[in-house]
Amino acid sequence: MSALLEVRNVTRRFGGVVANNGVSLTVRQGEIAGLIGPNGSGKTTLFGCITGTHAVDGGDILFEGRSIAHLRSAPIARLGLLRTWQQTRVYSEMTCAENMAISAREAQGGLLSLLRSVPVSTRRKGDDLLAFAGLHEKRGDKAGSLSFGQQKLLEFAMALMNEPKLLLLDEPTAGINPTLINGLIDRLRRANTELGVTLLVIEHNMRVIMNLAHRITCLAHGEVLAEGPPEAVRADARVLDAYLGVA
Amino acid sequence: MNLLSASHLSDWHIMGALALAGLAGPLLLPALATQIAFLWLMVVFALTWDMLGGRMGYNSFGNIVFFGIGCYAAAVVQRDGGLPYFEGLASGLVVGAVAAVLAALVFGAAMLGIRGHYFAIGTLGLGIAAGEIAAGWDYVGAGSGMALPLYPGELGSREIFFCYSLFALAALCFLVFRWLYGTRFGLALNAIRDDHDKADAMGLRTTPIKIFAWSLSAFFLALSGGLTANMIGFIDPRDVAFAGATFGVWMVLMAILGGKGTLWGPVLGAFVFHIVQELFWTYLLGWQRVALGLLIVVIVVFFPQGIMGWWAARRLRATS
Ligand SMILES: Nc1ncnc2c1ncn2[C@@H]1O[C@H](COP(=O)(O)OP(=O)(O)O)[C@@H](O)[C@H]1O
Ligand SMILES: [Mg+2]
Repeated sequence: MSALLEVRNVTRRFGGVVANNGVSLTVRQGEIAGLIGPNGSGKTTLFGCITGTHAVDGGDILFEGRSIAHLRSAPIARLGLLRTWQQTRVYSEMTCAENMAISAREAQGGLLSLLRSVPVSTRRKGDDLLAFAGLHEKRGDKAGSLSFGQQKLLEFAMALMNEPKLLLLDEPTAGINPTLINGLIDRLRRANTELGVTLLVIEHNMRVIMNLAHRITCLAHGEVLAEGPPEAVRADARVLDAYLGVA
Repeated sequence: MNLLSASHLSDWHIMGALALAGLAGPLLLPALATQIAFLWLMVVFALTWDMLGGRMGYNSFGNIVFFGIGCYAAAVVQRDGGLPYFEGLASGLVVGAVAAVLAALVFGAAMLGIRGHYFAIGTLGLGIAAGEIAAGWDYVGAGSGMALPLYPGELGSREIFFCYSLFALAALCFLVFRWLYGTRFGLALNAIRDDHDKADAMGLRTTPIKIFAWSLSAFFLALSGGLTANMIGFIDPRDVAFAGATFGVWMVLMAILGGKGTLWGPVLGAFVFHIVQELFWTYLLGWQRVALGLLIVVIVVFFPQGIMGWWAARRLRATS
């Protein structure tokens, strides 16, 4: 498998805090990669660096072989690289169906292409993906009226609507009712296998990520602590230390 | 009220009724032609403000600048163009619209990157600066303003003419905006309002979208400025063209009163505001400014979501 995303020695500071310190990681075409680490270890910051929310202070980021380290978030998204947020971001005063419609690829076009109504095919695709996320009966509700967990699912469905090549998910199971987590893992897998979306998933729940990811990178204090297949990372003494150290 | 489930049938009924009123009004009540003309002007004000303030979440206190540009462009072209009245008026309107759109492109590129309250305050400065510049510029009459050429028709026909012109403009503005809000562009405006960072991260071309929205508002405002200047026959830099404390504030109020970000809210707000204001002038002379101030407080305190929002909440309570 070839590398879809390559993060090379990325450093990002907030004032005196070095949130990412020479971080390198690779996500291969077609896989589900995991990113773990204690709270404050720099996982979310790395997502910000990759998707152009944060400017990097050092290092480089390659997507499909070209550098995106100095692009802003919109052009990066148009290359097919999207993210979701730990605290969720949806368009709260718009209905779920409208959230889906404006997340379609064609909404990224220039002004002239925006001056057309949403085609039936796009609406139908939005409905299908809402059904996939288990939100079909909420399609006419305002996104802001959904529960936190439902908003997470909506945000996931919005990202799929855009047919990204690579999707970065920031703690997709956090705040989700534990009885629904297995269903969510199943959906993430189906997005990967059926829709062909490569995933990089930040996950706090060890059981979930061990189960889901093909390979895992562990961050601590802004640096890569360990990297490899789930069993190897779980068995790594330094990883255990980092988790027990903050627990 | 949402886009994908709105029933357009009732829209057409209201639009038909308004069209009838707009066409018959000046004929049935010729004495009120000027007041009716101002009503249509208020509708343009509220609609154009709402595109940014209601749909896109950018509260502009500077939209009056585009109205003023329309006033002055018409006055200058009609003074210096050497054209007969109606040709001069038409040229003035075109020049004003082009100038206002250019101004919106420049201001938009410079200011629409600013978010929240800073944008609001910046645009407030824009309106004040424009008034001061016009009041100090001899070419446009400086502080004494400019007179527009006399309307060539018989007595009373001027009011009727501008009443119909402003009605046509308000109707055109409403129809264009209504169409736009049904396209992806309308959804994109709402997305920018609800979460600008998310819209960027989803790859929307937010900068051109925002600048286009403001330019479109500027276009209609400039046309309304040119027509209004001709209807009044005289423009004062601070009290007519760049009247930020009156027209500039009313735009915001009417949209909020009717219901920001809804199709009919700005129209309804303009009607209620204008009629109430006319009543104040008739029955509370001397106190009309105080009454208007109190009305503003009442609007903000009791109708923060506007009449449309209040109505929707009532209906929701009734059905649940
Ligand atoms: N916008 C920001 N401004 C200042 N400090 C930040 C910002 N975002 C993150 N940090 C700091 O960077 C470090 C890493 O945070 P984060 O990337 O959110 O960690 P994680 O997602 O792994 O919990 C923390 O010390 C955090 O306080
Ligand atoms: Mg985080």
